[in-house]
Amino acid sequence: MLAETTELKVLSATGLRRVYGVKVAVDGISFEVGQNEIVGLLGPNGAGKTTTINMVLGVLEPSSGTIRIEGVDIAANRVRALERTNFAAVYAPLPGNLTVQQNLRVFGLLYGVKDLTERIEALLDQFDLNKLRHARCGVLSSGEQTRAGLAKAMLNHPRLLLLDEPTASLDPATARDIRAKIREFVARDKVGVLWTTHNMYEVTDVCDRVLFMSHGKILLEGNPRTLPGEHGKETLEELFITVAREPLTLELG
Amino acid sequence: MRFHRAAAIVLRQYYLLRGSPARVLPLFAWVAVDIVLWGFITRYLNAVTASGFDFVPVLLGAVLLWDFFTRIMHGVSMAFLEDVWSHNFLNLFASPLSIRDYLAGLVVSSIATSSVGLLMMVVLASAFFGLSFFAYGLMLVPFLLVLFLFGIALGILCSAIVLRFGPAAEWLVWPVPALLSPFAAVFYPVSTLPHWMQQISKLLPPSYVFEGMRAIIAGGALRGYALLWGTGLSAVYILLASWFFSRIHRHAVRTGLLARYSAESVT
Repeated sequence: MLAETTELKVLSATGLRRVYGVKVAVDGISFEVGQNEIVGLLGPNGAGKTTTINMVLGVLEPSSGTIRIEGVDIAANRVRALERTNFAAVYAPLPGNLTVQQNLRVFGLLYGVKDLTERIEALLDQFDLNKLRHARCGVLSSGEQTRAGLAKAMLNHPRLLLLDEPTASLDPATARDIRAKIREFVARDKVGVLWTTHNMYEVTDVCDRVLFMSHGKILLEGNPRTLPGEHGKETLEELFITVAREPLTLELG
Repeated sequence: MRFHRAAAIVLRQYYLLRGSPARVLPLFAWVAVDIVLWGFITRYLNAVTASGFDFVPVLLGAVLLWDFFTRIMHGVSMAFLEDVWSHNFLNLFASPLSIRDYLAGLVVSSIATSSVGLLMMVVLASAFFGLSFFAYGLMLVPFLLVLFLFGIALGILCSAIVLRFGPAAEWLVWPVPALLSPFAAVFYPVSTLPHWMQQISKLLPPSYVFEGMRAIIAGGALRGYALLWGTGLSAVYILLASWFFSRIHRHAVRTGLLARYSAESVT
């Protein structure tokens, strides 16, 4: 029974803790992301969201705790775990000295994508990058770079997708299109997504569940559409501000 | 090891070279300058010394072999530095790329780029200054092999140092061959060196190559076991350098340095 439950989880983090010297960046958090589920990881700057994502991506070792991607322990089998993962983040743009198409080809090889040429063509279409395929990523606008980064993130049909503020540089119309594409991708491929953003409208629009982090801990978890009401708040933004400024009132209340 | 992942690193390097004359030119420009400069120096030395000793295979040959070693070492380091310069570590190391795949990609990239330099040197040295590789006979193959292996080892070691100390440590990479050259006895016999330098020289595989080269030119017997020892030493250095790189990468993941690489330190 337990095995069945584990199989449904794309990501399982247990007792995840990260300490830098005396500073506790992530304080023993546990959470899961299921198939076909978009989980919002919310919290003020410095709450530990990016540290958490870095640990899931295997570029930062947890001080303690375990991370399993589709049941594969990343500490024990990093390569196998990361084959089924991908990510896009504003702080990790694609190399600016390669064109969009070149970057997709290089990363396609890194992720061992089958039928790579067809996959690249499909993604260039999907993210409206056809006209930019021969443009170096360094000369793209921030919105175009975001789309190129998302195309790279989808290359290997990841089972787990980590998105760190994926629409931060996009205009509202493009951001809406991108959200729709990600939702479509999630529904079609039964992907699990861990999504960080400061845009509360976006959270309500796309996330099935949210985790509110503050000072390295998960303080709240629930449906973004009902969570504010459960804590006596009008909106998710109001709840966010309370978590950021007065987390103790929530913990106690 | 997955070849497609190593191939990704090589392909990236090919794309960069294809689109950038600034990267292509150094592959052969400096070695060409070196060969021309030393070609004229040897020609001059041949003219002013009446001994009949031919400096071309000794000096020009040594320059060519040493430059080959330097290009190999720099080839590995350059391919690594491309990732430093383009802030690509997160994208790379959050992918299923293993350290073995990555290093293999750097090495193959270096073979490709240094071959260009070697070809240029061979053409210039033989066409304009009469350097004949028949003078070294079949021993040229192990000579190149030892230098190739040691260049790879040193390139990986320097890359690990840059990974550990951050982008500013790049300056450590470039002068390493110059620092080693007095000990490697490129232009003179090891016996010329003071005792303490000779001890260091014994640990440097290139010194066996250059000693062997001079022995062949002088018509003496080449000590085959010495060259074998140099090859073995180079192979051990590659293993040690790869192990060291893996340790440094592990340290960077453990401390958080990899995720905050531009900060150079997490303390």
